[in-house]
Amino acid sequence: MASEDVKNSPAATVVFDTVAANSLVKELRSTVIAGKTKSYEWRASQLKSLLKMVEDRDKEICDALFSDLSKPETEAFIHEMALMKASCKLALKKLKDWMKPEKVKTTLGTFPSSAEIVPEPLGVVLIISAWNYPFLLSVDPVIGAIAAGNAVVLKPSEIAPAMSSLLAKLFGEYLDNSAIKVVEGAVPETSALLEQKWDKIFYTGNGRVGRVIMAAAAKHLTPVVLELGGKCPVLVDSDIDLTVTAKRIISGKWGCNNGQTCVAPDYIITTKNYAPVLIDSIKHHLVKFYGEDALNSLDLSRVVSSNHFARLTKLLDDDRVSGKIIHGGQTDKSSLKIAPTIVLDAPEDSLIMNEEIFGPLLPIITVNKIEDGINFINSRPNPLAAYLFTNKQQLKEEFVSNVSAGGVLINDISLHLMVNTLPFGGVGDSGMGAYHGKFSFDAFSHKKAVLHRSFFGDAPARYPPYTPGKLRLLKALLDGSILGIIRALFGWS
Amino acid sequence: MGAVGGDFEGDLKELRETFNSGKTREASWRRSQLHGILSLLKERESDIFKALNQDLGKHHVEAYRDEIGTVAKSANYALGNLKKWMGSKRAKVPLVAFPSRGKLVPEPLGVVLIISSWNFPFGLSLGQIIGAIAAGNAVILKPSELAPTCSSVLANTIYNYLDNSAIKVVEGGSSVGEKLLQLKFDKIFFTGGPRVGQIVTTAAAKNLTPVTLELGGKCPAVVDCISSSWDEKIAMKRIIWGKFGACAGQVCIGIDYILTQKKFAPTLVEFLKKYIKKSFGDNPMGSNSIAKIVNKKHFSRLKDLLNEPDVKTSIVYGGSSNEENLFIEPTILLDPPLDTTIMTEEIFGPLLPIITLETIEDSIEFIRSRPKPLAIYGFTNNEKLQKRMICETSSGSITFNDAITQYLIDTMPFGGVGGSGYGRYHGKFSFEEFSHLKAVLVRGYIIDFGFKYPPWNDKKLQLLKSGLQYNYITLVLIKLGLKSKA
Repeated sequence: MASEDVKNSPAATVVFDTVAANSLVKELRSTVIAGKTKSYEWRASQLKSLLKMVEDRDKEICDALFSDLSKPETEAFIHEMALMKASCKLALKKLKDWMKPEKVKTTLGTFPSSAEIVPEPLGVVLIISAWNYPFLLSVDPVIGAIAAGNAVVLKPSEIAPAMSSLLAKLFGEYLDNSAIKVVEGAVPETSALLEQKWDKIFYTGNGRVGRVIMAAAAKHLTPVVLELGGKCPVLVDSDIDLTVTAKRIISGKWGCNNGQTCVAPDYIITTKNYAPVLIDSIKHHLVKFYGEDALNSLDLSRVVSSNHFARLTKLLDDDRVSGKIIHGGQTDKSSLKIAPTIVLDAPEDSLIMNEEIFGPLLPIITVNKIEDGINFINSRPNPLAAYLFTNKQQLKEEFVSNVSAGGVLINDISLHLMVNTLPFGGVGDSGMGAYHGKFSFDAFSHKKAVLHRSFFGDAPARYPPYTPGKLRLLKALLDGSILGIIRALFGWS
Repeated sequence: MGAVGGDFEGDLKELRETFNSGKTREASWRRSQLHGILSLLKERESDIFKALNQDLGKHHVEAYRDEIGTVAKSANYALGNLKKWMGSKRAKVPLVAFPSRGKLVPEPLGVVLIISSWNFPFGLSLGQIIGAIAAGNAVILKPSELAPTCSSVLANTIYNYLDNSAIKVVEGGSSVGEKLLQLKFDKIFFTGGPRVGQIVTTAAAKNLTPVTLELGGKCPAVVDCISSSWDEKIAMKRIIWGKFGACAGQVCIGIDYILTQKKFAPTLVEFLKKYIKKSFGDNPMGSNSIAKIVNKKHFSRLKDLLNEPDVKTSIVYGGSSNEENLFIEPTILLDPPLDTTIMTEEIFGPLLPIITLETIEDSIEFIRSRPKPLAIYGFTNNEKLQKRMICETSSGSITFNDAITQYLIDTMPFGGVGGSGYGRYHGKFSFEEFSHLKAVLVRGYIIDFGFKYPPWNDKKLQLLKSGLQYNYITLVLIKLGLKSKA
């Protein structure tokens, strides 16, 4: 895993190695075995503390986000703190319901019996989070893990060091340290953690590291949730409300961490005829939102690090791409800023059209007819999200049925994240597993099947010694038909 | 013939093309394949019986009960519920996203690989195929080479009854398995042991392929003292069936060992002896009611378990075997040492250790200090003990007063936790395990709040704060200038 811009914390002299990781997991396991994290009271108390934490310390959280990402206060608020609070409040409200066993029907073949599905914690879980929403993507999975009754180790991203150290400090102050810990660090610390046996690993990040994590998890047969990314396409029809479409695209692309978001629009597909109209509107609204000198707008996050800055400028360096820039393109290495940039019809084999951009560059690809856009999308790896702007009902239906993505959103960008009744996760290269709302609770639980049978009522047909009569009865029992059972019992079948 | 030669990449390519054509998504196709499985089971029943008898010595009643009947039941259940499972479900949407409609749309994953095991070669292949087909996927099945006749019957019948452009069988051993694992599938469903499970998940990691692992473990049966003779009769039959009656104990959810009170143990041993004789007669090998050990390697493995020091002396019943027939007699052991292999590894055979404890409640701590099994059994009417077992132990499933029957219930998820695996199936859980549940949100253009967009200022921030906290009244007040902070 690339360790970029590692800032050594003052306490870096104490190395967190395999031995340390091992004893950390041991400590958490004994907390779990003692039953502490299982009780409703403990889970609710931790969730309440998390709420208090974000309410008391919102300024420090904002400051850390500004330090790591130059994230505007409004984005820090809407995208990180408000979402985290909503998630926490929902978990508190629904916790009792989620923890309840679910009764299920049983079949005639096992009469009399009663069955239920009982959720239980997995045990000790590892959450590795990302740098782009370093608060939300750390705390939101932790909320799910706690609600489900687990002990947790959180490894925040070292690429957002201010938030990493703030989380370590705040968790230490507000949460139960015998069950919830933060381990800061980069490759060595993460490797030490990955060598341990976890009951679940939840990772948010990219596919390359995702593979490393899954391979490490395989050694201990540990299940994983991988929240990865991909190139999220936006298909734009001509039958739309142009102003609202342009605003929503800009907001979803540049208004979310300046494109450094897993569900940000990566590229647009529209028809050759409509492209000029769409581009004009986007350019117009870009100026309205960010002014003429967007490069220096305070309402835009910066690029997170010099490594990512170099990666993004390289995408534009390709001659076949730089010649297609139709808006923006300005960069400032010293402040790690890149202006909102639009590229028209970059070649399909260029890097910008093959790697996840994760930045403020927006390619627009034009096709002859809008339906070609669906084929274009389907010929590429499954993205985390796919977007369509249109008023045409049939096109909406075709898109929903035929485009496979983690999630699909029509006529807006990213909003599905806020809907906690929808699972948030990928498919194929964009990941596995999902969370948000009850899906978070489920992701960190084991749903145990519980069957109660009584000694009364028994089908001798199942037991040896085996006879033809028993075979007939079994056939009827497994068929589930009462008539069949009666006939078999009386020897009529 | 259904068995395919070494061109696995070609097969995968063909399956992908079939999947991409949309054929397997059609409800009519899925139904036709499920009906195909039902016909296969009905018309080729005698071939299946012969193969199971050949490979595993299963009596045809056992074969019907465990492999044909259960699979037919699952296929019918899937047929009856397919429309419901395939439909999208509405998701409630909060006011902040108004106006919009949310829904959950299940979609197939694509091309899936099912690797099945030798102990229930039909049940654990066709059962999974039912789930994969119901969810609209194309499938490659790799049956276990340790049940070769069954593997070949599967290849032949699937070729003749199902759609070959979408469902293929690849026969072979570990080298074939390894080659398949190099390819990119959209899901891998593995049933077997932890060692190979690890190989499968490590290979899957290279392609970010999600995996379901159905493993095993040492499934304990906690047996409380039984006073009523009615209960005794039923409990003993069920325990014996749960240990010896399904594939001679070679079953992932079979009872591995018993935990009971010291003072009840002698009675329990006598009960078990009595009912073993009743079920299998005086000559169990000739009774045809107990399966054989799958091969010489496992036969030797089981014999070695008995030959360890202090294990042999703990045998209180049975212990004899016949290598030529790969038969091991139902065997009971009383308190073999806990550090012997028979008490640390999954037995997977007809050897039944009984471990005695001071009190029955001690069984909870005993179980908790060991890896999580696929199933835990409790033979008791003591509700307090039942509650404690449910809350204080963890396992794939827990069943009271019976064994193995949880497998039959389509409304209950079947799968492990910890060392016994992850993921689950049966009934709608099979459908879900082979699907991607896609989140869909459809918005309208009417109503677009200006305060959602930059340039930012404090008023917009306050409006957003109240909106996202669902304080709509505050939001209106701020908008009207009657309030300044959320």
